[in-house]
Amino acid sequence: MSQASQNQHPSVSVEVKGLRKSFGSVEVLHGIDLNIKAREVFVIMGPSGSGKSVLLKHLIGLETPNSGDVLIDGHSIQAEDMLERYRLAMVFQSGGLLNSLTVAENVGLYLTEHRLMPQKDIDRLVTEKLEALGLKGQENRMPEALSGGMKKRVAIARALVIDPQVILYDEPTSELDPLIAVTIGQEIKRLNQENDVTSIVVTHDRDLAFGIADRIALMYDGKVLEVGTPKELQQSKNEQVQKFLNASFKF
Amino acid sequence: MFQDIGEMLILFWRTLQALPQLWRQRLKMFDQLFEIGNASLLMACILSLFIGGVLALQTGPVMVERGLSGLIGGIVGLSVCKELAPVMMAVLIAGRIGSAMAAEIGSMRVYQEIDALKTMNINPIHYLVLPRVVAISLALPMLVIFAIMVGWMGGALVSVFNNDISISFASYFNNLRSVVELGDVLNGLIKSFIFAMTIGIVCCHQGLCTIGGPRGIGRSVTKAVVNSIVMILILDYVVTRVLLYFDL
Ligand SMILES: Nc1ncnc2c1ncn2[C@@H]1O[C@H](COP(=O)(O)OP(=O)(O)O)[C@@H](O)[C@H]1O
Ligand SMILES: [Mg+2]
Repeated sequence: MSQASQNQHPSVSVEVKGLRKSFGSVEVLHGIDLNIKAREVFVIMGPSGSGKSVLLKHLIGLETPNSGDVLIDGHSIQAEDMLERYRLAMVFQSGGLLNSLTVAENVGLYLTEHRLMPQKDIDRLVTEKLEALGLKGQENRMPEALSGGMKKRVAIARALVIDPQVILYDEPTSELDPLIAVTIGQEIKRLNQENDVTSIVVTHDRDLAFGIADRIALMYDGKVLEVGTPKELQQSKNEQVQKFLNASFKF
Repeated sequence: MFQDIGEMLILFWRTLQALPQLWRQRLKMFDQLFEIGNASLLMACILSLFIGGVLALQTGPVMVERGLSGLIGGIVGLSVCKELAPVMMAVLIAGRIGSAMAAEIGSMRVYQEIDALKTMNINPIHYLVLPRVVAISLALPMLVIFAIMVGWMGGALVSVFNNDISISFASYFNNLRSVVELGDVLNGLIKSFIFAMTIGIVCCHQGLCTIGGPRGIGRSVTKAVVNSIVMILILDYVVTRVLLYFDL
């Protein structure tokens, strides 16, 4: 059953059109246009406060834009039943795990609440996903007892159980030490290759971006400065882009 | 403030619409019920014992002096079941349970758990608000029945053992029985049911619109409890007026 349910939902494209968002009188996104293809790893990179998280929330309908739109597979995300028609998943920056539920309950939540399969199949699938992310035997622990890296992997497992067509990661490597950051990066890449899924990763981590991206969009102050493959970006003539890419601790 | 009231009415309406989902959420509802009982039963017992007691203490000697000692049971009985038990239990539950609801939902909001629910296409109203509002609406009237009986006992104890009153148990309860009707108890229960829904909606709403980190949670909790108590006291008057109209 679980094998059959995999890949039932093929990856889809995500299109952002003239997206503008203000909080109060402050405009945070000044008209964003992006064209994200099905099945690619698309990284949105930029300094803190440039509006990456806000943009990501728009992609899954957690925020409503002031103008512009987000199209999933050509359909506006603002339509009522989008989360029923398309399987989208988001890995939150701090995990967003429900603290009152165990790891296993968190990972299986989508399936239990929507009653997509019998409990024993859910248990099996949850164990399978946890193992795949190196979390064997953590089923009955509470989220508060986990380290930051483990929380993030649980959050990724929870997203994968949805069998998503698009998976959004918000700063998957922030607050992690470099070693675990690399593992998570590899994980994201591997999951994208093994499952038919569009991966959109928001990060300010240059190494991660260049390590996993098929294409990168560089965001600065609520605008997209440049979009391209890692190679294209490195050869960019835009001054801001070069500044962000080459900033370093060498004095 | 008017915006808050509007939002709360909308939340109330959505919760009513979600009622058909109750069967699916029954386990969470029972969890909540159990928690409410566990957290408030002992406190309710102590509180109502003393409320009944102090009522008897305040009215008893005055009435004995004027030769009305036969009416103490009725006075205490009526005030406890129509007014004091519903209001005091509602205040207790607002402080004890409403605050916890606001804090729990508020922290879920701040730590993006609610956003996570939404991305999983799980409606926070079905998942969080419905079981809590239903549980509190069932629990408070039950608690009030219990509080009424304990309150009557408290009044009886003071009426019998206080030297300035010293009437018999029989005279206290005979009078209570002849004055207090089933309708009076029902009056208290209707009130407490309305108070309970108010507390549930006010506190869940406050939790859901928490912003600004841990400090925001603290602010939400305070606001939830204060607003609940204010609403309880205002509604107490309004509902009493309406029930009088219906002769209850
Ligand atoms: N709910 C909100 N209300 C007001 N301002 C917000 C809100 N969310 C984000 N912002 C503002 O939007 C800007 C971009 O935030 P964000 O997208 O979180 O940046 P980042 O690129 O670091 O993820 C910041 O200046 C932030 O203060
Ligand atoms: Mg961010």
